[in-house]
Amino acid sequence: MRLPSFDPAILDRARRDWFGNLRGDVLAGLVVALALIPEAIAFSIIAGVDPRVGLYASFSIAVIIAFTGGRPGMISAATAATAVLMVTLVREHGLQYLLAATVLAGLLQIAAGFLKLGDLMRFVSRSVITGFVNALAILIFLAQLPELTNVSWLTYVLVAAGLAIIYGFPFITKAIPSPLVCIVVLTGLAVFFGWEGVRTVGDMGDLPDTLPVFLIPDIPFNLDTFMIILPYSAAVAAVGLLESLMTAQIVDDLTDTPSDRNRECVGQGVANTVTGFFGGMAGCAMIGQSVINVKSGGRGRLSTLSAGLFLLFMILVLGDLVARIPMPALVAIMIMVSVGTFSWSSIRNLRHHPKSSSFVMIATVIGVVATHNLAIGVGVGVLLSGLFFAWRISRAFTVTSALSADGQTRTYSVDGQLFYASSEDFLRAFDFKEAVDTVVIDLGNAHVWDLSSVAAVDMAVLKFRREGADVKLLGMNEASKTLVDRLGIHDRPDALERLMGH
Amino acid sequence: MSKLIVLVDGSVYGESVCDHAAWVAAKLDAEVELLHVLGRGDLQSAPVNLSGALGLGAKHTLLDELAAHDAERSRLAKERGRAILEVAQARLAEDGTASVSSRLRHGDLVEELHKVEADATLIVVGKRGEAADFAKAHLGSNLERILRTATRPIMVASRAFRPVERALIAFDGGASAKKAVSHIATGKLFTGIPLHLLTVGPDDTPHRAALDAAADELRAAGHEVTATILPGEPEKAIVDYIEAQSISLLVMGAYGHSRIRNLIIGSTTTDMIRKSKVPVMLFR
Repeated sequence: MRLPSFDPAILDRARRDWFGNLRGDVLAGLVVALALIPEAIAFSIIAGVDPRVGLYASFSIAVIIAFTGGRPGMISAATAATAVLMVTLVREHGLQYLLAATVLAGLLQIAAGFLKLGDLMRFVSRSVITGFVNALAILIFLAQLPELTNVSWLTYVLVAAGLAIIYGFPFITKAIPSPLVCIVVLTGLAVFFGWEGVRTVGDMGDLPDTLPVFLIPDIPFNLDTFMIILPYSAAVAAVGLLESLMTAQIVDDLTDTPSDRNRECVGQGVANTVTGFFGGMAGCAMIGQSVINVKSGGRGRLSTLSAGLFLLFMILVLGDLVARIPMPALVAIMIMVSVGTFSWSSIRNLRHHPKSSSFVMIATVIGVVATHNLAIGVGVGVLLSGLFFAWRISRAFTVTSALSADGQTRTYSVDGQLFYASSEDFLRAFDFKEAVDTVVIDLGNAHVWDLSSVAAVDMAVLKFRREGADVKLLGMNEASKTLVDRLGIHDRPDALERLMGH
Repeated sequence: MSKLIVLVDGSVYGESVCDHAAWVAAKLDAEVELLHVLGRGDLQSAPVNLSGALGLGAKHTLLDELAAHDAERSRLAKERGRAILEVAQARLAEDGTASVSSRLRHGDLVEELHKVEADATLIVVGKRGEAADFAKAHLGSNLERILRTATRPIMVASRAFRPVERALIAFDGGASAKKAVSHIATGKLFTGIPLHLLTVGPDDTPHRAALDAAADELRAAGHEVTATILPGEPEKAIVDYIEAQSISLLVMGAYGHSRIRNLIIGSTTTDMIRKSKVPVMLFR
């Protein structure tokens, strides 16, 4: 029997993505699973739901994204970035609406993937990414504050002890994950001494005791419901894709391998949609955990899958023990994730980098921290970097002029880029009040990019005519070649010459 | 002018691969392109830190570490790759091949081969690469991947090259085998070499008809053909026939069955290459 044959090259690729690094992937998955537990619990608490919701989500997203994602080796689960967006939804409408919003967010992401919106990442500059990462780190840290205010002195001692273990233990051995040591030691102490004033995971809500089951969110299916969840879903979808694509970029850089962005968008969407039906909240890629994964030797899809499976195993089998973990242990781990996510070099770089880049970075951070919505921060950053770029290019043109020997012909030669931001300066460069018979405007070395600049050229011609001069426009046809939207022209080898080299 | 792509690495098959390529190049008057791909290698050697802790600037530190690791390995691999290509070039020159170029690439062997194979007539590769386990009867994993993904005919070189005196075409009547026959009939590679056509299976009308059609096609192109049908298990019958008739080159269609079947019970192709002591030419 002959089955329909697949493209062997694709199968070969898939096999490598899955089994190319068996031992490294499984080990790394185990280390990552340990880092996922505190995060999933912490983010459930941020969103105001039982830890179960975050743990189910982390399991389900990690397992699904291992198959559907476009970036092998990247870790996705329930995250801070998406959790903070859903706080008010849960407070006002309850868990069922959160699940429905998760499903809708997933569907929006799938649509974004098919519309190839992943390609829009090119407009997100390095400064915006740095700002995003820093803002995320700040959000993760801020989310720990409720656990650090109005608590007993013992909590502070335990958090400090936890941090000491996390950062100190790797000096003794790098073979055992130090966050695990932190959890084990602090849990042991808490159980042994039975401290009263220290909260445990069990105090925060129910932990899972069964496998997640499929259920349709219990909400009225009407337009009202849709309009309630849509704004949340849209924000979650946007933030989830942004963080995922940025994390993919980071993993690309670390491993020196490419990723498929649009497949990642669809993959994230599928993961969220399915997760919503299994009682989990929306998530996305995680920068900290992905870095831990690569650091621990994880490269392939198997690392993500095994992280999800180990996570489920630990919470189902060790559920009773997980409930006894003192919160300070988790807070210490989350502080570590926050510190590790923050780009500390960006602070040092503030002095060397161009002011506009630093401004974009800081504006992105402020935008996020003020709104608790990473999408808004990134929107601000992208807008600002676009404006700064337009501002610079708008000054990249010169007008030189020369008077003929008989003093009756003035020739203006325009060089550079003309578009909406430069058209005013362009008009200002002409001396309309000079009384000459003939004016020549030579656009042979200029590029006319939009209708504003066409209008500016027309206006210049008109003004000279009003002053009684005879106007000759040279090179307009050449210069306005750039006016047509030539998307995708860079695919042809001579594209740049065709566009620029007339 | 037709082109051969010759995959070389530091394995003991290097010389023999060059000799096979030189023989084909002389027959076809083809140019030879040597390709050596510097893989990223095994990830096991990458620095691994299972501490799970993220310190200050963890991302940058990790990027620097990984980049430094890769840089060191790449530099060594590059020098080694150049040496391998030079040795291969010298060997081909000894064998009298005039037109030889070489190409050193970073990346994955299969992907790099895929980029350059489009205009090649034939790909020549050794039976085992340097990464292969040398326990008897093991094929290199890279060879299997190439066999499964290449779009051009492939010649799998044996341990040492012997001038080809008699070639056997294992003819199962499948599309790949028919393609192999047409390719041989129209090409120059087998001019003057007696050809044996062998079908393994019951000697009935459909088998006989298909075999005769293939034999006629080859005879029409001026080849000397012996057509035979033998009963039994294909692998064993073919190996025995090669021994008995002192065949020096085996030609067959590659991977006639579905991939699912291959996964479960292995494939005749892989099995044949493993058992065969003579070079094997594969058509898809």
